[in-house]
Amino acid sequence: MLTVRRVEAYHALTMVAPAIANQFRPGQFLTVAVGGPDSATLGRRAFAIHDVNPDHGGTVEFIFEADGPGTRWLTERRSRDLLDVVGPLGRPFPVPREAVSCLLLGAGHGSTALFPLADRLRERGSQIDFMLGAASADRVFGALRARRTARSTIITTEDGTLGSRGIITDKLAQVIHEARTDLIYASAPLPVLREVVALASRYDLPVQVLVEQPTVCGTGVCMSCVLPVVGSDGVTRIVRACTDGPVFRADLVRWDDVGTIPFDALGAPGWKPPHPVPAQDPGVPAARRPQGSRGPQSPRESQSPRGPQSPRGPQNPRESQHPRGPQNPRESQNPRRPQNPRESQAPRQSQPPQQPRVPRPPQARTPQEPRLNQTPRWARGTGHGR
Amino acid sequence: MAVDLRTRLGHVELPTPILTAAGCAGTGRELAQYIDVAKIGAVTTKSIMIEPRAGRPTPRTAETASGLLNSVGLQGPGIDAFLQRDLAWLLSQGARAVVSIAGSTVGEYAELAARLSDAAGVTAIELNLSCPNVEGRGRDFAAEPDTAAQVAEAVRAATRYDIPVIAKLAPDVPDIVTVARACVAAGADALSMINTVPGMVIDTTTMRPALAGGMGGLSGPAIRPIAVRCIWRTRRALPEVPIIGIGGVRTGRDALELILAGATVVAVGTVIFHDPSACARIQRELEDELAARGLDRLAGLTGLAHQPHPDLAFRPRHFA
Repeated sequence: MLTVRRVEAYHALTMVAPAIANQFRPGQFLTVAVGGPDSATLGRRAFAIHDVNPDHGGTVEFIFEADGPGTRWLTERRSRDLLDVVGPLGRPFPVPREAVSCLLLGAGHGSTALFPLADRLRERGSQIDFMLGAASADRVFGALRARRTARSTIITTEDGTLGSRGIITDKLAQVIHEARTDLIYASAPLPVLREVVALASRYDLPVQVLVEQPTVCGTGVCMSCVLPVVGSDGVTRIVRACTDGPVFRADLVRWDDVGTIPFDALGAPGWKPPHPVPAQDPGVPAARRPQGSRGPQSPRESQSPRGPQSPRGPQNPRESQHPRGPQNPRESQNPRRPQNPRESQAPRQSQPPQQPRVPRPPQARTPQEPRLNQTPRWARGTGHGR
Repeated sequence: MAVDLRTRLGHVELPTPILTAAGCAGTGRELAQYIDVAKIGAVTTKSIMIEPRAGRPTPRTAETASGLLNSVGLQGPGIDAFLQRDLAWLLSQGARAVVSIAGSTVGEYAELAARLSDAAGVTAIELNLSCPNVEGRGRDFAAEPDTAAQVAEAVRAATRYDIPVIAKLAPDVPDIVTVARACVAAGADALSMINTVPGMVIDTTTMRPALAGGMGGLSGPAIRPIAVRCIWRTRRALPEVPIIGIGGVRTGRDALELILAGATVVAVGTVIFHDPSACARIQRELEDELAARGLDRLAGLTGLAHQPHPDLAFRPRHFA
């Protein structure tokens, strides 16, 4: 651990963790044990990784708000203290291969995860527009960096102390129009995400969301951070945000039912499957489906890059570049919708013709789309830095 | 000094006495990148039911001092998917699998046990008796000696003879020894204790219960003394019955404490949430604890605390 410094209303903690720095992909998070080795606080704290740097063998930075005893303890750490850290965890943001116009939307310190994503998107030649929002100026995270990175940066604060007064979704429609956005990445509290997704669905835009669900373990064993998500077979499952997320394709999350068990979810009280339904989404080889045992020292060994259901068959490369999956969350919840959304949906006329190839985000993978049907090798790497 | 950690659970020999506790290690697969699941005593899987189950709404967990309150509601994939995917994976890793089963009727437990008996490679079956009995008065099976015994009897009858049946008991009963005795008389080969202690947390910000389910089960180091007492009393009453000690084991020292109270095997639960490599670490620490006491084997330590100390003037020199 190197430093804790104050950034506006937040704290930034930088530590040396080469294993995490090497394997990190934008959108992934880490968990920290707080309170020292005999801590009475058993839950780990999860933080989106804000930055990695090759200095000192590999440093990792995350941003947090000191709003509880655990995070206050973290602010008291000093240089050379040891931290119990596990990461990087979770599925990262899918990044299109082609150059597209991306809108990155972050509320509060939710924006922290978007900056490494912005860098990666820019490496691929994409255009970036940032929208940042918060209650007040000191709670807007990364305004300067956003301005340096992005083609445009729109800042909204509720009290008007920075940028325009209002809430972040006020200007969303305008930005989508002006920037000719192809793809939205959003990281914000649930109510904001819900609104963003509702707005984006009107424009038929794919949205990738990073959800902040409270977790205890971060590794998938505690089952705390669950939310209802529609699988590629149309069945709603209660999935863990830490292992199946934290990045989700927005149109597959049942926003109105987050926090509840929808009556039609797999295994909901009183619900009987009409036919045998696989307990795990068959089309999603989750990032956390190790094919072999891995020790923390060699986290990548014996990782078969693709599961048995994801053959990399001969195929037309254009298939994987098909524009968009089902955008309307209502429709995508229909269990009878065809396996391949291309035939049922794809209102192609509504897309800007000059950007015809927005790759489908890799969550609804169907057997017809073999190239997307495998978790990229980098999405599986999970290290264990201490 | 190499310490021999081998222990027995009924007639099954385990290489080490450290297990995962049901519901705290998922299917074991989640932990595979942190520990070698084949190197711990066994993986106890999350309680499985016949049908898939979505569990309770969120929030499902709340932190308390040295503990965790949870109300997950037995979310799980159902027995078919479990056998196909999760059990098969555990066996492919060379891990031993103690399968925890849960039902709402005695018949469901028996059906699950029969299904598991047909599957190859189940090391033992653990009965999660802290489930409401829908045929009775809706109280948990573990709450009364006769309902617990009914399940133990039905499962023992439905289970292949060489698979031990373990009854997991709840601490919130007037007398855990009565329930333990009833289960053993009905055919349970071993007992595990304790399940979570019922509790409740109210969020003073929202001024409402912190869990969506209202009440929950408390686990973690906070409940270890309760576990020690339950194990102690059961060991005293039923000295020949193997006990899996569960409850707030965080270090090798804690594991040793449960063993001294009467456990032959120790399961690590909530601490896995805190430290995913906890089982391997505790196993190592237990070895060190024994070595530090000049012991080269675990056998013989179970229930040692019940015997008077040979040195009558003995006083513990420190309290860790």
